[in-house]
Amino acid sequence: MPAHAFFFYIFSLIAIVSAIMVTASKNTVHSVFFLILDFISISCLFILIGAEFLGMIMLIVYVGAVAVLFLFVVMMLNVAQQKNQWFGAASGSKHVPVGMIVSLIIFFELLIVIGGWKLKPDLTNDFINLSTSRVTNTHSIGNVLYTDYIHLFQLSGMILLVAMIGAIVLTFRQRSGLKRQSYISQISREKNDGVELVNVKNKAGVKIDV
Amino acid sequence: MFDIGIGHYLTLGAVIFTIGVVGIFLNRKNVIVILMSIELILLAVNINLVSFSIFLNDLSGQIFTLFILTVAAAEAAIGLAIIVVYYRNSGTIRVEEIDKLKG
Repeated sequence: MPAHAFFFYIFSLIAIVSAIMVTASKNTVHSVFFLILDFISISCLFILIGAEFLGMIMLIVYVGAVAVLFLFVVMMLNVAQQKNQWFGAASGSKHVPVGMIVSLIIFFELLIVIGGWKLKPDLTNDFINLSTSRVTNTHSIGNVLYTDYIHLFQLSGMILLVAMIGAIVLTFRQRSGLKRQSYISQISREKNDGVELVNVKNKAGVKIDV
Repeated sequence: MFDIGIGHYLTLGAVIFTIGVVGIFLNRKNVIVILMSIELILLAVNINLVSFSIFLNDLSGQIFTLFILTVAAAEAAIGLAIIVVYYRNSGTIRVEEIDKLKG
């Protein structure tokens, strides 16, 4: 149990510090890197707590796809030079104290809820005890996901499809004045369009119209 | 102290949630950081769901986390596409300069 506590404190400390650095670092590229660090430490916590499948999926989806997407966009838009002005004396920075107050209120409300929350004493007896069963976490998720939640699972696939089509349609742009290859005109070209046979008289030559 | 219960994980989720909210409120830079703060908030929600799922021995929380992960990925893709289109049209994504809807 002390090892569990030790690793929990280490990973949660890394997660909190990197979450602060995501919002506070001056460079957007650094923010993306701290976001990656945050995701990695949270997925380590998930693996530590016993949800191995979600930890691995988190690594694949967030670190492998989402964070790389963020990195691509940050580098493509060239916004890395725009420096952060968090508490800067820029005009109209009156929203900083109000934002701090609202955030502190939210935090203490959450803490009050966590401190006052109690389980109903006879609640846990109804559930299947997962920790003593010998099937792995991935196995049990698969057992539930492909039977009880199959419609929601397919619906989430549809959501991903719609998001993919939407992103492509949003960023697609037809540039004008660009010479590009047209396959259909190349394929549908006929012989008598391209080649002309000319009878050349002897010692007269031929003039070719271009 | 050394007995890690559900309260520790919920507190960690609350801290990360609050950091995400602070990041949205106090952002003076660009919209991409706001999207990253939204990802942090979704991450905090995922921590809460997974810890409840583990400590209550109920698998539904992890299934729900899986769906939240899917929706978060879709949201990041669409949001970044909108940001790219906006940058192409107006040349900036600074938060103070996005005021075209002001009229």
